[in-house]
Parts: sequence; C-alpha cells; structure tokens
Amino acid sequence: MNNIVTIGNKGKGVRSDCAVTLEMCETGGLQIQIESKVKAIFGNQIEALVKDMLNFYAIQNAVIIIEDSGALPFVMAARIEAAIKKLTGTEKDYLLPMLAQNNYKTSKDKNRFSRLYLPGNTPSLMINAGIHKPDGIILDLEDAVAPDKKYEASFLVRNALRNLDFYNAERMVRINQIPRGLDDLEFLIPHNVNLLLVPKCEGAHQINMLNERIEYLKGKFNVTCDIWLMPIIESALGVIKAFEIASAAPNVVALAIGLEDYTADLGVMRTKVATESFFARTQIVNACKATGIQAIDSVFSDVADLDGLRDNVRISKSLGFDGMGCIHPRQIKVIHESFAPEAAEIEKAKKIVNAFIEASEKGLGVVSLGTKMIDAPVVKRAQKTIDLSIKLGKLNQNWREEYVN
Amino acid sequence: MSTNFVKNALGRMVPTSVNGKEQVPYMGVGKYKPTGRKYAPYIASCADYPADGNKIVPSLKEALIKSGLKDGMVISTHHHFRNGDLIANQIFDIAHELGVKDLVWVPSASFECHAPLIKYLEDGTIHHIEGSMNGSLGRFTSQGKMKGMGILRSHGGRYQSIQDGEVVIDIAVIAAPTADSFGNSTGDRGPAACGLLGFALADSQYAHKVIVTTDNLVPFPCIPWQIHGNYVDYVVLFDQVGIPEKIVSGTTEITKSPDRLLLAEMTSQFCDEAGIIKDGFSFQAGAGGTALSIGIYFADLLRERGMKARFARGGSNKYLVNMLEEGLVDYILDGQTFDLDGVRSMRENANHLNTSPFTSYNYHGKGNFSTMVDAVILGATEVDLNFNANVVTHSDGVLLHGIGGWQNCLFSKCTILPIPLFRDRIPVIRDEVTTICGPGELIDVIVTERGIAINPLRTDLIEKLKNSSLPIKTIQQLKDEAEAICGKPEKIEFTDEAVAVIKWVDGTVIDTVWKIK
Repeated sequence: MNNIVTIGNKGKGVRSDCAVTLEMCETGGLQIQIESKVKAIFGNQIEALVKDMLNFYAIQNAVIIIEDSGALPFVMAARIEAAIKKLTGTEKDYLLPMLAQNNYKTSKDKNRFSRLYLPGNTPSLMINAGIHKPDGIILDLEDAVAPDKKYEASFLVRNALRNLDFYNAERMVRINQIPRGLDDLEFLIPHNVNLLLVPKCEGAHQINMLNERIEYLKGKFNVTCDIWLMPIIESALGVIKAFEIASAAPNVVALAIGLEDYTADLGVMRTKVATESFFARTQIVNACKATGIQAIDSVFSDVADLDGLRDNVRISKSLGFDGMGCIHPRQIKVIHESFAPEAAEIEKAKKIVNAFIEASEKGLGVVSLGTKMIDAPVVKRAQKTIDLSIKLGKLNQNWREEYVN
Repeated sequence: MSTNFVKNALGRMVPTSVNGKEQVPYMGVGKYKPTGRKYAPYIASCADYPADGNKIVPSLKEALIKSGLKDGMVISTHHHFRNGDLIANQIFDIAHELGVKDLVWVPSASFECHAPLIKYLEDGTIHHIEGSMNGSLGRFTSQGKMKGMGILRSHGGRYQSIQDGEVVIDIAVIAAPTADSFGNSTGDRGPAACGLLGFALADSQYAHKVIVTTDNLVPFPCIPWQIHGNYVDYVVLFDQVGIPEKIVSGTTEITKSPDRLLLAEMTSQFCDEAGIIKDGFSFQAGAGGTALSIGIYFADLLRERGMKARFARGGSNKYLVNMLEEGLVDYILDGQTFDLDGVRSMRENANHLNTSPFTSYNYHGKGNFSTMVDAVILGATEVDLNFNANVVTHSDGVLLHGIGGWQNCLFSKCTILPIPLFRDRIPVIRDEVTTICGPGELIDVIVTERGIAINPLRTDLIEKLKNSSLPIKTIQQLKDEAEAICGKPEKIEFTDEAVAVIKWVDGTVIDTVWKIK
C-alpha cells in the first residue's frame, strides 16, 4: 500500500482550497508543516484542526503538509480526511457540525426554474453559490469532476452539505452514473441532501436500484425525510423510455434533459435553434406532464450570451418546460424572469380566476368572460399562474380585494 | 534613535516625530486648523532664463546636475502613467551613478514598475519614500528595510503637504506627453498621451527646480497647457516618457465575477432606494471592477428614467466616457484617466475636464469638490465595528497599497464601500483594523454580498431603507456572519518598530504601520 498521498488543489488561480500531502511513517511522531496565505490570522486554528484530526484517527507518526490558498475549515477538513482515509482505509467519519439552518426540506412540487451546477471539487465556486438565489444548487460529482479527483470530491460535497449555507436553495447532488453512483450515496443521504440528479438514465430499473439503496441508507442513518430524484435523459434510449422513467417511483419529481450527450448519441451537432432535439424535448415534456412531474430543460452553455439565453428560455417555456439548468450565476436572473409569468399573462389569469370565483359564488356552472365560455382547464391553468405569481412576489396574495374594488 | 509615541484621537499610537520632523497626532475630523502662511518657493528672475524661451538641455542627467542634485534632496514625480512610468527609475539611476545619497522620493503614487528602486533603498541612494508604497515597495517597507520612515498621503494630502511646506520639493521631474521648449506641457496628446497632469500641479508650483521631460516636443505654444512653462527650469527630450497602454493596470476593467456584479447591483439598488439617483446628482466610482460595474448600473437607471447626472468625478474610463457621450452625465471632472478612451475624451470633449488635487481634494483650501459629490463608491481591505477602514495593509499586516484619493473622497455626502464579506478565508469586518486610514464617522454604508450595514450615525439612510427588500443588517451581524464562516481571525503580532505613518487629509498622523515579525 502506498504511504504517501496528496489531496486537493494548489497553485496559481486556486482559491479557497488547499492541498494536503500526508505521509504515514513508522516512527518520528507528527510533523506538521503549514504554508498558508492566511497564516497570520488563522495559523493557530489551522494547526489545531490538523492536530485534532490526526488525533481523531489515532495517527501518531506522519508528515503532513498543508499548502493553503485560504480554504474554509470545511474544505480543509474534507481534504485532510480524504488523505487519511486514502492511506489508512479507516471508515470513521470526521464530521463537522451540521449547520442548524441547513436542515430544511423541500416539497415535491417546489418551484424549480433554475438550478446552478457547481463542480464538486471546486470550493471557490460553491461558497457564494447560494447568495445568487437559484432555486436549487447542484453539487456535481459526475462530469464536472475528473476521474482521479472523484474520491476527494465526495468528502468535499459531504462537508459542504453539512457546513455550507446555500441560503434555502434546494440542495441537489448529481451522483455518478448508476451503478457507480450508488457508492456516492453514503456521503449524501445522512447529510440532508434534498434531491439527487441521476445522470444518463435509461430505464426504471436504475431508479429502482437507486431507491433500494436510498431506503437502506435512510434506515441505517435514521433519515425520515423524502429524497427526491431528477433523472437526466441523455440518450436516444432514455428519450424513448421517458415515460417509464418518469413514472418509476413516487419520489421522481422531474425529468431533465442533457442535450450534449443526447446529440452526441444521435451523432448530430448541437445547434442554437435545437431542431435536432425537438422530438426529445417534447417527448420529455409529455412524459412529465403525463405523470404530473416537472420537465427541466438542458443548460445553455454560452454564459456570455444572456440575450440568447433569454430567447432560449422563452422557447423552452413555450414547449412546456418548467425550469432549466444554469452553469453561471448570471444566468439565474434571466431564467427566473423568463420563466415567470409575464404581466399580460397575470392580468389574463386574474380575469379568468375572478370570473370563475364570481360564477361559483352565483352558483353558475358555466364560466364566461364577455361573450366567451371558459373551460375548466383554462381556469386551472390561470389558477396555476396566479399561485406562481404570488409565490414569486409578482402578485399580492390579496390581489382580489384590489381587483374587485 | 528612539521614537516617542502618543495616542491620537482614534486611540492609535503614532510617533511624535517622523524622519526628524515634528508631527501632529490626528485630532478628529475638521479639528486641526493650522495657522500661518503657505509655503512659497524662491523668487526667480527672467534674467536667468533664455529670452527665446528655449529651456532644452541635452539630458536628464545634465538637468539634474544643473538643478543642483545633492545628498538629502527631495525629488518628486507624478503617476499619471501608472504602471507605465519610465522616468522615476531613471532619475535614481542617475543619482546612483553620481553617488548621491539619502534622497527622499515623493511620487504621487508608486507601482510595481518601481520595484527596481528597491536596490537604491538598499544602498542608501534613497532614504525613504513619501507618497505611496505599493506591492514590492510596500513589502520592503513592512520588513523594516527602508532607512527612513515611510509617509503615506492621500492625493489631497500630498497637495496639502506641499502647499503647507510639510514637504519641500527640491527637484520635480514631470513626464509630459507633449510640451514646448518653454516647458508648457499637456498630458492629453502625443504618442504617450496619459490624459492630464494634475498630480504634478503642486510640484510645478512649489518645487525649487522643475524639469519637464517629453517625447513630443511641439513649437511654442503647447496648447492646451496643463502645466505652465513659467514654473519650469529645464526641458529634456526623451524617446519615450511613458507607456500609455500600461495606464490600464488590471483594476480598471469591469468585473466578470458574478459575486462582484452582485455587489455592484446591490450597491446601485441601495443608492436608488436611498434617493441618491435623481436628475442632476453626482457620483464618483473609483477604479476597481466592482466600482466600474456600479457606474454601468447607474447608467442603466438613468437611461431607463430619462434622467442625467450633473457630473461624475473621475478616474475616467471608457464606461464613464460612454455615459458622457450618451448624454447621461453633463461633465466629467477628471483627476486621472484610467484608460485610453478617457485620454481621448479629455482631449476631444470640452465637457471632460482635467482637475487637480487642488480643486478636488486639498483640505487646506477654501472648500474642495469632494464634499459636493452625492455618492462615492470606494473599496477597503478591512472595516471595524465603528466603520473605521483600512486601504493600505493586508490581513497579514503587510503594506501593499497607497491611499490614492480614498481619504479625500470620504467627505462626499454618502460614502459607500462595496466589499465582499470575506476574501477566501479573510473576513473583512474586524474588531479592529490593522491600519486606520479613514475614520468611521465619514463612512456611511458597507455593502457586502450577504448584507448591508448602514452607519448608525446615518439615521436618515436607515429610515429611508427601513422597508427595503435589501438585506439591511448591523455591522456586528455582518461580522458575526463572516466569523461563522471563516472562524475568528487571530490578532496579528507586529514588532514595536514603526516603518511608516498614515497621514490624514489635514497633515496629522492617523495611524502607524508597524514592522512585521
């Protein structure tokens, strides 16, 4: 077995992270070496953390070198723990306290306009993610983490779930592909993850495997809350099986589509007009609507082109999608604005809902607006628009008082 | 030599004497009012100057020798070329060659391009620096390696100190992008155009000897003249006096960081809700990505509402120039140009005016422009619970920046510091700042991405923002929040050796920079 390992990141451009090099020795006691840009004000605390962790794992002879670029404690602890576990194989977890404000749950039909992808091994991008107010954040253990960094990323993601405040954004993790992704679950299930994204999903059997393991871990760690699933459809087979996947289990709350892999699978170029994925997108929307769950569109990858993004969201919304992924915080606002009901939409919905309420009050079975009859589904859609507008702060909860008067 | 220290009005220990000169400890805002007359340079006689107006000498070396360069003299330069200055280093190369010792360098600011001067600080050619000590020079100072004690002054404080005779310049060397042989000079044209020469104004007026260096000699008269040839002793021709492309020095590009854009957005929303953004208002946003972005948000709001600002104080840059050209602001009152669009605009647009630390910042004048600005956006490395702020030293205690116009700008009607709550692991709001550069009573608002703190003295702002959707918090809450994330920083340990002092705008000593351990 190797007796020396380096975990984490260092060097030019690395911020809020550290590299930990650990060498296990037979003798010589503990040699702790700390190089840190914050040594003047945090040197003692860094040393205390290192000592506490070495003591926790009963390591008596080792050389440990911390090269710190301003890592927050949860980051440094994750790096040290990964190094220790890699060399010793111990199963003990060094857990930082769960922040009280991180214990929130989310509901199945919660708004999911935006969800911000955060590479699972890059702390600097995680730390301020919540302040941009996405509906959800995704700690990504899959494609955004290089294969040789996947091991250390799971510790970082676990510690972030416990110790980093995402300010009420839904806490999502994209696990690795099933079956590998099953091994990620121990790092997530006991730490109040709200939702798991399941990449490259191609059938109900994967959802079932996943749920089996989730149930096992929920029992083991005494977790009672729901853990939602959002399978990502990224292949032709996945598109064909969309309905099967959407209806595989009651904790599937949405399907997302991943167009990079999907277009690769078709062997076509991904274009901005996206005609090549029209079938897939409408197929997924229909599978979702048929099962009463949300349909989530693929990310828009040109982060500098906010106008292009706005057009893209409008099309997405018109196809029936309920949300979209983002890869940059600046995309969040545009996505929220474009998915939210427009002023004219809200006005029309108010008219319809009002007419409906007045008709019911008068005991009329038929709702009409002017000379037009209003069907029940139209009322239902209008009510949805009203509810959403209230939720988004675009409409006062007591709008009817003003409206009627 | 032992130095005596006293506690000033902010409770900071400051030396009573610096480089052999008596000092007045900081007494509070507006408390120290010196009496007496301003400093005056020697009377000159036209009999000693060529009647044809041609003051050209063949080399800088000859000009320096003719100016009487000798041990202990005070030499000044300006920083309009920012990191593209080519003159300051040559002066001290010559001084070194001539074996002159113990010079005092008084730049209006220093940059990394001046790092080669460290060798002259080491060998005794330069005794100490009065102005700013940035980057490598700051680190050198913090390590206690400078022979004398450094003095940091704001742009306004520099003018004040020269005017009041605290600093007596023996030789001023003014790099001029265009000049005539009489010494009339301008910065707005020529191959090395840098905008204006306002930082050299005091030097030209008060120095005993004034040398203009230029790489673009025009026949008399040089129009416009920002520096009057009547103050000038010698003119020297150079192949190149500065690298104008290097005026743009990193902090003058708009930010792409989403966190900083959020700060900018919150700041502009704050200004809007505080009623600051209205027809005819005025603002100053310094260099730095966040500040520049705030200007963009201001422009958006003005455009949306069909309003315009009366004036913007520069540092000008392409964003401000765009506002001027679009008609969103009537005038730019510019202290230094931060990019070449600023230079072009100053040359071509009569509403883009060159100003000086005399008009804008000098505290010992009959008023100045800074108090008339509605909102100013500034930065800081640290802020304490009393809103006192630091701009010169870093969290490790090392001196890395100058004051610039920062202190002077604090006098605006609303001073706002948009700063991240923590940088990597370094919390910005502290129990005590490493170095106080500005008293909290002049700092009105701290905007961080996790909350905005309004100085309790500004009950008017607190009232205006009380129903805001912005996250208004107390500064204590912000500090607690940062410490919950980063941990509570330990106090830095310094030696008891003073390496530099920070002057307040009135020439008093507001704080001391200590040698690091």
